[in-house]
Amino acid sequence: MKSDTQYDAIVIGGGHNGLINAAYLAKAGLKTIVLEQRPLVGGAAITEELIPGYKFTTFSYALSLLRPDIVQDLDLAAHGLMVLPMTNTFQPGFNGEYMLLGPNKDANFHEISRFSTEDAESYRDLSHLINRVCHALMPLVDSIPPNSISQDPADLAEMVQLNEYIDGLPSDIREMIQKFINCSAAEILDEYLESDLLKAQIASSGIIGTKAGPRSKESGLIWLFHKLGEYDGEQGEWGFHKNGNGGFTQVLARAVESFGGTIRTDCGAEHVIYANGKSSGVLLKDGTELNAPVVVSALDPRRTFMELVNSNDLPDDLVKHIRDFKFQGSASKVNFALSALPNFPGLDGRTDIFTGFTNVGPSIDFLEEAFADCQAGRFSRKPFIDCCIQSTVDPDMAPPGKHVMSCFVMYTPYHLADSDWDSERENLGDAVQACLEEFFPGFNKLVEHREIVTPLDIERVVGLSEGNIFAGEMFTPQMFLNRPAPGWNQYRTPINGYYQCGSGTHPGGGVMGGPGKLAARKILNDLERITSL
Amino acid sequence: MPQTTPFHNCLKPYLETGIWKHWSGYLVAPRYQYSSTAEYYAIRNSVSLLDTSPLFKYKITGSKSLSFLQSVMVRDIAQCQPGEAQYTCWCDRDGFVLQDGVILRISENEFWITSAEPSLRYFRSIAKKLSISDVKIDDMTRDFGILAIQGPHAFNVLSQLTDDVGDLDYFDLVQTKIDDCPVTISRTGFTGDLGYEVWIRSDQAEQVWHCLVDAGKGYNIIPIGLEALKMARVEAGLLLLDVDFNSSRFAWVDEQRETPVELGWSWMLRNLTHDPREFIGRVAIEKQISEKSNRWRTVGLSVDWHDYERVHLETGIMAPKHDLYCESTKSIYRRSDKEWDYAGYASSFMFSPILKKPIAIAKLPNDLAKPGTEVDIEVSVIRKPHNVLATVQRMPFFDPIRKTQRPEGRIV
Repeated sequence: MKSDTQYDAIVIGGGHNGLINAAYLAKAGLKTIVLEQRPLVGGAAITEELIPGYKFTTFSYALSLLRPDIVQDLDLAAHGLMVLPMTNTFQPGFNGEYMLLGPNKDANFHEISRFSTEDAESYRDLSHLINRVCHALMPLVDSIPPNSISQDPADLAEMVQLNEYIDGLPSDIREMIQKFINCSAAEILDEYLESDLLKAQIASSGIIGTKAGPRSKESGLIWLFHKLGEYDGEQGEWGFHKNGNGGFTQVLARAVESFGGTIRTDCGAEHVIYANGKSSGVLLKDGTELNAPVVVSALDPRRTFMELVNSNDLPDDLVKHIRDFKFQGSASKVNFALSALPNFPGLDGRTDIFTGFTNVGPSIDFLEEAFADCQAGRFSRKPFIDCCIQSTVDPDMAPPGKHVMSCFVMYTPYHLADSDWDSERENLGDAVQACLEEFFPGFNKLVEHREIVTPLDIERVVGLSEGNIFAGEMFTPQMFLNRPAPGWNQYRTPINGYYQCGSGTHPGGGVMGGPGKLAARKILNDLERITSL
Repeated sequence: MPQTTPFHNCLKPYLETGIWKHWSGYLVAPRYQYSSTAEYYAIRNSVSLLDTSPLFKYKITGSKSLSFLQSVMVRDIAQCQPGEAQYTCWCDRDGFVLQDGVILRISENEFWITSAEPSLRYFRSIAKKLSISDVKIDDMTRDFGILAIQGPHAFNVLSQLTDDVGDLDYFDLVQTKIDDCPVTISRTGFTGDLGYEVWIRSDQAEQVWHCLVDAGKGYNIIPIGLEALKMARVEAGLLLLDVDFNSSRFAWVDEQRETPVELGWSWMLRNLTHDPREFIGRVAIEKQISEKSNRWRTVGLSVDWHDYERVHLETGIMAPKHDLYCESTKSIYRRSDKEWDYAGYASSFMFSPILKKPIAIAKLPNDLAKPGTEVDIEVSVIRKPHNVLATVQRMPFFDPIRKTQRPEGRIV
């Protein structure tokens, strides 16, 4: 009986970070269990066959930010990791205009030259500068950030080291980092480019999943964040996992089990068991108690600090930070089963244009107007849509000749001013279809099935507060030293043995896996310290 | 003037890059699209078509064809029944490899063989030298085009066109028809994945091509170039002539020549004690085995990802991974107190898209050839040599069960 309930570590939440965290802990020899409230693991990275033969990436739909060391450390290739390259980015414009960027920089030069020869050159400069910025930031992304408020000499020394590292970077990189932190995507792009279509394509990276417009100051950092990834060393490039991002989390689940970890689905956690500032296990929703000296929450900061434990037992300043932590989910998904590929007039019959992101948001003004709706408390009447027809790359996503299309839709505020999402769900689907019909005439006729996932649905199904896809906005005051709160950015909590490893911790969301990995590093370090005492 | 293959007109419209290269004097594409990784994934994820028509093709017939091949080939072709194929190699008297190739046993006394270098005169002269009279060797190189259809959905495509591929196990072959055109289909390939090679009469090549492309549409079928093939073949641990070894025929010194043991093909010699044949090179090969006098072994190397990242990070640059496939030699060093203690070299090096780390095919002395042995491989970082940790491992690097398993049809 005891062996069934006694573990070295319990991870609450079987999303990608929970699984990665558990895999590292299990690999280190801890008897580890992952608790997942749903019947399947994956959190917001799941694939569901809603109708036979059609696989929908219900929520998260592409990979880039996944830290490559995780792939090696957890031997994910042996468990079936397969990230397929997304070769093209297609940006339809107004009046039949379009821009198609691909894997060849010379071809891209000529494509951009159709709009501006200077932009074609500038695009290279800007890309190289951003690549250098990302490379410079990589050591910070891949390490546990220092504690910025501690007076402990070791922590102070780490802060000094951090500042020395930043000061030691080349001045153009430092300057660019400052711009990303302080300026909007549109503002930065105006310095480099003139083509509105190209600017809109790039700026869309600055608004993904965030309540910010391309002219909002927060969009600079979001843009930078989305460039931190790579596809086999090609910085900023993206891929589809075989069988969608659910295919990826299945790989993680196999890795957890290969290291001897246990995964229990349909198993919700009621709360963490702790006394005298020390955790000792988890009470399950069915009343069972599981015991372990280490308990890790892979849930978002609100649930980690306000639901799994009693916030009255936590320091006031931390509680205030978590209470003020902005979630305000503003993105939705609308997923389609299609009888055939959409058609773009002028490129009739071309299927290669859909082998990556199809970015429906033809100008900065278009994106900004979509954001204006959001600020007014309604979903964008003309939404920005990031489309992926994964079946053009992975034939196993749909029956032969048929397709699945994942549409990431902005903006759809969690809090609607004059309505609620249960009333507006179908209207959102209609608005998305109307927008797609405009750019791809005949689109409506192709739709065999659609699935609409609002921020409310994300919250209800996955448990992400207010449906924020990053487990909390990635605004500067909520990042790095402050994610989720100053002093509590090192995966520990005020309760000894209770840790956090969700996307609400550094380095953040976007299927990076960094939080799960770094939290495991912290836990294992702490355990070593305890055992060596 | 370069020659064109029977599929040339079909392939031309796919050539997005506009770049042809030459293979045995024929135009072939290194890649059709801008991304060879995308083409590579057609092999691992969907289904690909590769034109291998430039291979030399010979037909060996006659009542003595079997004994002729038994005298020439390192593996015993008698073990291969009609309707089966065999991957083998042939050597010179000193046991040095001349070439490798696949033999299809069409019937009791008819064999088809592909080879990378012209071998018609060689085979005929050997027949003469061994006084084997009733064997006829014909050149069919121009009579047939060959399409390799490789990838997890290869069966789903071919099975729409003929009912005869369902029974094909790994290295089986069948003669059948596609759209009324006679074809020979073998379950073979150079990718280490599920796949088939289809021999089509040159004058019907275009007709069959269109059938395959139509059947493959729902599975994202695409033609792939040689770069994608080469990435897949390294993962499959398959050696390439003029890259991983040279034909003894055109070598200057023995240092350039290699025996089957040295090439890692000891598995071809596994049954030698029960095999009474006197094939060319046998005496030398057996001597080498009994004396353990092979100079090196050909092994797989798995490059340590963390170390590979580190040497680049320390110099301030991003580690290159994409399009890393390289056929130029990289030196390998013994990990010892001595610096730059030369031990051997890698003949093929690449970043494996599916394993997400660099891998290599390497020649190492016997004491370093054991799986798990750590060595240093030299990579150039900002034009300076750096050593990176690599571990010897068994090949193939990637070996999906579908390669040899009986495929199941897709339920639609």
